[in-house]
Amino acid sequence: MSGIPRKTAELKQHGGLNGLRDTGLDEAELLACLARTWQTSKGLYGWLATVDHKLIGRRYVVTAFLFLVLAGLSALAIRFQLAAPEAGRISPDLYNQLFTMHGTTMMFLFAVPVMEAFAVYLVPLMIGTRNVAFPRLNAFSYWIYVSGGLMIWVAFALNTGADAGWFSYVPLAGPDYGIGKRPDFWAQMVTYTEVSALAVAVEIIATVFKLRTPGMTLDRIPLYVWSVLVTAFVILFAMPAVMISSTMLILDRLVGTKFFDPAAGGDALLWQHLFWFFGHPEVYIIFIPATGFVSAILPTFVRRPVFGYLGIVLSLIAIGFLSFGLWVHHMFATGLPQLGESFFTASSMMIAIPSGVQIFCWIATIWGGKPIFATPLLFVLGFIFTFVIGGLTGVMVASVPLDLQVHDTYFVVAHFHYVLVGGAVFPLLGAVYYWFPKVTGRMLSERLGHWNFWLVFLGFNLTFFPMHILGLQGMPRRVYTYPLDSGWGGANLFISLSSLVLFAGFALFFLNMLLSLRNGRVAGENPWDASTLEWATTSPPQSYDFAHLPVVTHREPLWADPDTFPVVEGLRVDAREVLGGTVADAVPQLRVPSADNSIWPLLSAIAVGGTFLASIYTPWAVVWGAIPVSIGFICWFWPKGEPEDEE
Amino acid sequence: MMRRPVVDVSRLPTYDFGAASPMWWGTLAFIALEATGFALAIGAYFYLAVQAPHWPIAAPAPDLAPGTAVLIILLASIVPNHMIDFWARQQDLSKVRVGMIVMTIVGILPLIVRIWEFPALRISWDQNAYGSIVWFLLGLHTSHLLTDVGDTIVLAVLMFTQKGTAGRRLSDVSDNAFYWDFVVVSWAVLYLVIYWTPRM
Ligand code: HEM
Ligand SMILES: [Cu+2]
Repeated sequence: MSGIPRKTAELKQHGGLNGLRDTGLDEAELLACLARTWQTSKGLYGWLATVDHKLIGRRYVVTAFLFLVLAGLSALAIRFQLAAPEAGRISPDLYNQLFTMHGTTMMFLFAVPVMEAFAVYLVPLMIGTRNVAFPRLNAFSYWIYVSGGLMIWVAFALNTGADAGWFSYVPLAGPDYGIGKRPDFWAQMVTYTEVSALAVAVEIIATVFKLRTPGMTLDRIPLYVWSVLVTAFVILFAMPAVMISSTMLILDRLVGTKFFDPAAGGDALLWQHLFWFFGHPEVYIIFIPATGFVSAILPTFVRRPVFGYLGIVLSLIAIGFLSFGLWVHHMFATGLPQLGESFFTASSMMIAIPSGVQIFCWIATIWGGKPIFATPLLFVLGFIFTFVIGGLTGVMVASVPLDLQVHDTYFVVAHFHYVLVGGAVFPLLGAVYYWFPKVTGRMLSERLGHWNFWLVFLGFNLTFFPMHILGLQGMPRRVYTYPLDSGWGGANLFISLSSLVLFAGFALFFLNMLLSLRNGRVAGENPWDASTLEWATTSPPQSYDFAHLPVVTHREPLWADPDTFPVVEGLRVDAREVLGGTVADAVPQLRVPSADNSIWPLLSAIAVGGTFLASIYTPWAVVWGAIPVSIGFICWFWPKGEPEDEE
Repeated sequence: MMRRPVVDVSRLPTYDFGAASPMWWGTLAFIALEATGFALAIGAYFYLAVQAPHWPIAAPAPDLAPGTAVLIILLASIVPNHMIDFWARQQDLSKVRVGMIVMTIVGILPLIVRIWEFPALRISWDQNAYGSIVWFLLGLHTSHLLTDVGDTIVLAVLMFTQKGTAGRRLSDVSDNAFYWDFVVVSWAVLYLVIYWTPRM
């Protein structure tokens, strides 16, 4: 700290302030200055170089939904093949690629990125700042993510699609059985997406810790922000596991290491341990932010604050911790020691406790409120219903004897779709309806929204509920067909037809967005009369988010005193500046310079991506790739005479 | 809506050191995730060791000399590293400049010794799982070493340009020193795993 008091004292003595401040500036002048300082320049270059968290968040969301469409189409193809027994519509080899691409895309390229995308967009607005803590890292993470997704789908188009399942077990994916370069593309896609997820996690942590607006003490952080903060920590400690394991896999395949080769002292189960150490928390990385959506949407539509704020925060943290104690329940069928299995059964059931606390808090919130049944609330209610069923079957498969029966059957497919679609996609759709007006300035159609909800909700249950029964009857997952005399034909046809209802629901969702983008009702700042800070600025927000950073005195700032609004003054307006504060109490500490637009994150991402891609073919790529990568990073960080350097 | 200014931040500084700075938290988060990576890789090492009837598998224990030399250099580097941190916080640019040159040299030294350290493992990566995991651990640490030395060199150069005189660069120097501590500590742990586990 030593230098700072001296420097501040000097400043005080001179009385002079660097740069132009917002203090006393008249409103028009202020807005003009801020707009100039924070703008993203027009044209392609501006688009590529921007570090505006809203633009990046938006393109993250759009990209993730494009991957949802691709993965959804793969599922449609799967259901087309399975609609009749002994059908020959899709070859076994293509089928393997399809379900692998479906699962992989849904998990790595849709669900996790879309949750991060929302966080990137919303967190700065909800905590009252102007950008994330590391704006260029944010841009970089997006470009890395896109290149990973493009790579694996281009490979699929060239008949090199991953085909060993979304968890790519060895030895099937190892050097002996993994065909061609298929598993290598899978492994590197994982590396790309994890790099980007980790980058976002780091920046979310720093943003929430340091950039909260004055007055936003820990117990006033919106629950959604808490949920993404906990998620960021789960990412931080879970994702390295899959990076390590996928690197080991590619090394086994490329340079002949023996990590997973039992003949040379390796072990195939090592893969499973490392993968599921990541893979189970992965489910919570998807689910925890979804509960954050629920906690954000509910109070707005039942017109009262959430019941049990502290209970929900503690539950989120508990779920974050417990999610690391569960991974072995994916491996019950591998014959682990009895005691170990019991431990993991117990911890798997234990996670039902904090999840239950959350659910009871939500129900109590609804109970005490006056619900308005708008589309976001419908999705939340659909979520609660569906998730309870998914949770119940989850507790069932957490017990070893039952799991041994239904392992690798459609029972499991039903279970995890209840959790993933019911637990994450429903709240996500609700969140789109809820925040669309903020992002675009227009409301989505409520009429289409209701249709959208009922089609998705019914279509989903009709599609996936019968899978429980098929699973109990013994239909294995990941089979490209089944015999005529198995008697599963009827149920499968029913499922495939129901999935069309589900798809119609999704089609309506996209249609609603396209139509409303043009013709939707104009939203205004706060169309739902919600309580959190993102609704205290224009819709869509300006590049600088807030003209004056708000000061918070209450957990529901916009409900506390809707007429006067305490704000911060004294920030620069001729250079990008945000406010840094203490971690616990958000007491202002620093005027933090915020990075300006730059093309280097993109160029660095190209260098890193090119290196990953080339490393599928030769290990030397890592050596040669280091040169462009270093150049990229040096140019990125090299100061270019920013105004803040004068201070 | 009425706006009422209640907080004046015009005299706040634009940078600070340690936990006051967002970049410090970013560095800490990166350290946490990389430490997790190390911990899991070490976990894999012991997992494989427990599975194997003999450990190390079909190889003598690695030669101690180069790894120990790296350890000594890295431990010794803690002293100049913390002096740099101190000087940076004092905003004493001329001392920081000297310190950065020292740290650049101290960073490159272990990288040179590493050239002998890989053969000193006395097994190739593709011989068996033991060979694979020790190469992996050593490789993982080397990549961290390379990254931080690269960062140190860039900062050192920066310190001698006009741009380096901006006070906020000294905060970067301090964060870089923080990361270096992590590189040293992680080596102390890995050293015990790689060199002493096979001797137990
Ligand atoms: C939108 C409607 C969806 C349909 C109709 C659908 C359908 C299916 C089907 C039939 C399978 C089993 C394929 C087989 O075992 O042969 C499957 C597997 C899977 N699905 Fe979905 N799914 C949908 C959405 C989702 C979503 C939203 C997620 C994740 C967020 C997801 C994640 C997975 C995963 C991880 C697998 C396992 C893939 C594997 O076995 O490697 N699905 N899906
Ligand atoms: Cu699990």
